[in-house]
Amino acid sequence: MIPEIGNFSLILALCLALIQGIFPIAGSFRDTAKGTRWMALGRPAAAGQCLFVTIAFICLVYSFYANDFSVSYVAANSNSTLPVYYRIAATWGGHEGSLLLWVQMLVLWTLAVALFSRQLPDQTVARVLGVMGLISIGFLCFMLFTSNPFDRLLPAAVNGNDLNPLLQDFGMIIHPPLLYMGYVGFSVAFAFALAALMGGQLDAAWARWSRPWTLVAWMFLTLGIFLGSFWAYYELGWGGWWFWDAVENASFMPWLVGTALIHSLAVTEKRGSFKNWTVLLAIIAFSLSLLGTFLVRSGVLTSVHAFATDPRRGLFILFFLAIVIGGALTLYAWRAPKVGLGGKFSLFSRESMLLINNVLLLAAAGTVLLGTLYPLFLDALDLGKISVGPPYFEAVFVPLMIPVLLLLAVGPFVRWKDASLKEVLFRLRWIGLGSVIFAVIAALLIATSVMVVVGLTLAVWILLATASQLMQRLQHAPAGTSMWKRITGQPRSYWGMLVAHAGIGIFVIGVTLVKGTETANDLSMHLGDTTTISGYTFHFTDLKNIKGPNYIAAQGTFEVTQGDTKVATMKPEKRLFSVQQMPMTEAAINRGFTRDLYVSLGEKTSDNVWIVRVQHKPFVSWIWAGCLIIAFGGFLAASDRRYRIASRKKKGGASAVGDVVDVHPISEVSAS
Amino acid sequence: MKRFILPLGIFIILLVFLGVGLRLNPHDIPSPFIGKPAPAFTLQQLSDPEKTISPSDMRGRVWMLNVWASWCVSCREEHPVLLEFSKKAVVPLIGLNYKDTRKEGLGMLMKEGNPYTVSGFDADGNVGINYGVYGVPETFVVDKNGIIRKKFTGPITPEIISETLLPLINKLNQEPVVSSITGATVSQNSLAHNEARHA
Repeated sequence: MIPEIGNFSLILALCLALIQGIFPIAGSFRDTAKGTRWMALGRPAAAGQCLFVTIAFICLVYSFYANDFSVSYVAANSNSTLPVYYRIAATWGGHEGSLLLWVQMLVLWTLAVALFSRQLPDQTVARVLGVMGLISIGFLCFMLFTSNPFDRLLPAAVNGNDLNPLLQDFGMIIHPPLLYMGYVGFSVAFAFALAALMGGQLDAAWARWSRPWTLVAWMFLTLGIFLGSFWAYYELGWGGWWFWDAVENASFMPWLVGTALIHSLAVTEKRGSFKNWTVLLAIIAFSLSLLGTFLVRSGVLTSVHAFATDPRRGLFILFFLAIVIGGALTLYAWRAPKVGLGGKFSLFSRESMLLINNVLLLAAAGTVLLGTLYPLFLDALDLGKISVGPPYFEAVFVPLMIPVLLLLAVGPFVRWKDASLKEVLFRLRWIGLGSVIFAVIAALLIATSVMVVVGLTLAVWILLATASQLMQRLQHAPAGTSMWKRITGQPRSYWGMLVAHAGIGIFVIGVTLVKGTETANDLSMHLGDTTTISGYTFHFTDLKNIKGPNYIAAQGTFEVTQGDTKVATMKPEKRLFSVQQMPMTEAAINRGFTRDLYVSLGEKTSDNVWIVRVQHKPFVSWIWAGCLIIAFGGFLAASDRRYRIASRKKKGGASAVGDVVDVHPISEVSAS
Repeated sequence: MKRFILPLGIFIILLVFLGVGLRLNPHDIPSPFIGKPAPAFTLQQLSDPEKTISPSDMRGRVWMLNVWASWCVSCREEHPVLLEFSKKAVVPLIGLNYKDTRKEGLGMLMKEGNPYTVSGFDADGNVGINYGVYGVPETFVVDKNGIIRKKFTGPITPEIISETLLPLINKLNQEPVVSSITGATVSQNSLAHNEARHA
């Protein structure tokens, strides 16, 4: 019964999505009272759609909770011995359920737009909600016609096939929802961009509306990618944290373009320039999110993340991509030339710095896209074959990132419109000198490799420049202003930028030191053996068998000492999951501020003799800390006062009039 | 005006490729190498730089070449399947450790187990290029006369083994050796030696 309610709710949601996708947009092009009524359908349809998708989602979660193996999706992805929290997470463990999660996120974002858009002109709201409704139609049809999570299995399975043991982890509970929040969140920026193209109005006010939404989506995407990487690091059991896997790339490309977008939006809001460029980035960011969905689900590429594939599904998404992205780009080609160029700026200015940043980030996303699809391209053209893996990505990606990191520190010092190179160089002279001295000392002292010195120097350059930028800004206040006033006087978006940039610096330190100086030792150990790596001695003291809810495991105990001091007791496991008969390496990690110790059990070679991999990974935690700080920067920027004021003003009533007229182009004012 | 159409143009090209890609099965790509002799090479063995491995050592036997690397995620997925397959010891499974470091490659075999009779160490990927390797993992089936008969791109699955691989190997094992009997006897001795060491 419950699955049928879910199925029925999805159908109702599709009906409401049709209303939401058609009437508000159509109404926004009519000047009549009917047009106004049609536009007014947007918000209630969005709310209703959200309600029904949520009901469907709860039904699916309940089917997992209640072990209803007559639902084929539940039978394929769960098992009655699976602990309840993993049963609930298994809801998005496969293709159908993760698609439902995608739609759930989309309707939540749509609801948020419907609720927090009171200060926007009705026409814009109608178009934004309409575009999001159209996207939703595509996904709901995809689910109902090719991948229905509520399909029954008759006769019902006695027990389920279990969730893939790799996914049985805390990461599975929060990584997909966060990642999808980010992915799907770009649909808001996309919808705003299309609404602006439809109205032919692209101005500072448009950029101001899009900015907080884009920042929030970008923040979630940052957190989602971070969690995926963090999870891979401890769960896959061999200490890697980024593999340039097709699916990782699928989430990384929207991130790169999203990063370009939030910078470009800043220019459009502050200076009115880059309008076309910003719109194009908003379209590309969401298009790459959709492309990622296609790559994962169509089977054109093989990957560990890939879902069970079905050519019918691939074809459906391909058509969907053609309509959504092709439609958006056609609209762009048609309307963007009328938008105009906006403020002029000189060759050396904040605008030009941000333009270089955008181009580099877009180029980086392009190289990742090329690397991900290259095998496919060449094969389709029958041009021979080439291997693509981390060797390619590291060779092309790193050189593109070096200028990005160099300029990242300079950008905030450069004035808008027209800046003096001499002045900027003067303000940066001590930072530059400090970084050079650091580079020389680092080269002499640690002398491991050129890349380590380059990476650390760039990080120091970014951190020093960011700190110095803050100091100079705080000094720039009327004499007698208290320090507290000076600090709280800065807008949150400024803090957001500083924090995110500092986070990049910390991230670069982590990546550089892990990549450049990590050590690993694979060896065969008897019970009682010791081994030493980077000054840490590992003593294999104990081995026992343990039993988990749905697995059995061998658990080793390693006493770790450094000199005479005891550092940690580490207990790596080798698990065998009973249903799928799949072995899993459960590594033991001792985390620290400047290093992680990582022990994993490999194969048992004979009684009490195991292959063991012991790793010393310096500064890994800095990678994670960097990501969190970057995401926090996004949060600060999104919560800037001026976005909140904009929404409060409308409630005040009278003051809103000036605001709205201000943002309406003439054509629309006369229309309303 | 033209520059505004450019993104649409690029997207349409991408769309065409994706459409073509959909019709290709990444696991079963007809390779121009099928029906041709397996390209010759002599590589250091992964576990011992002193020893070498070459396809000519395999004359007279049906064998498989599996291209793998420690950095390749799909190889890790494939690994338990290969281990299971190697336990049956149907044919020698030669590894080609591709664009890897000796330390990382050996580390992976130590930790996850070694399904390979022996692995060649192809650090700069030259042998891989000769074999038209375009993504790891890839697996070639070579007959007694050194001719490539089948190529799999992407991880080998238990279904591929039971439905395609084993029937093919059975068939190939029935075929006669055309030439170079002496070479075959020598290689079988050296292989028997290797297998004993791994067992």
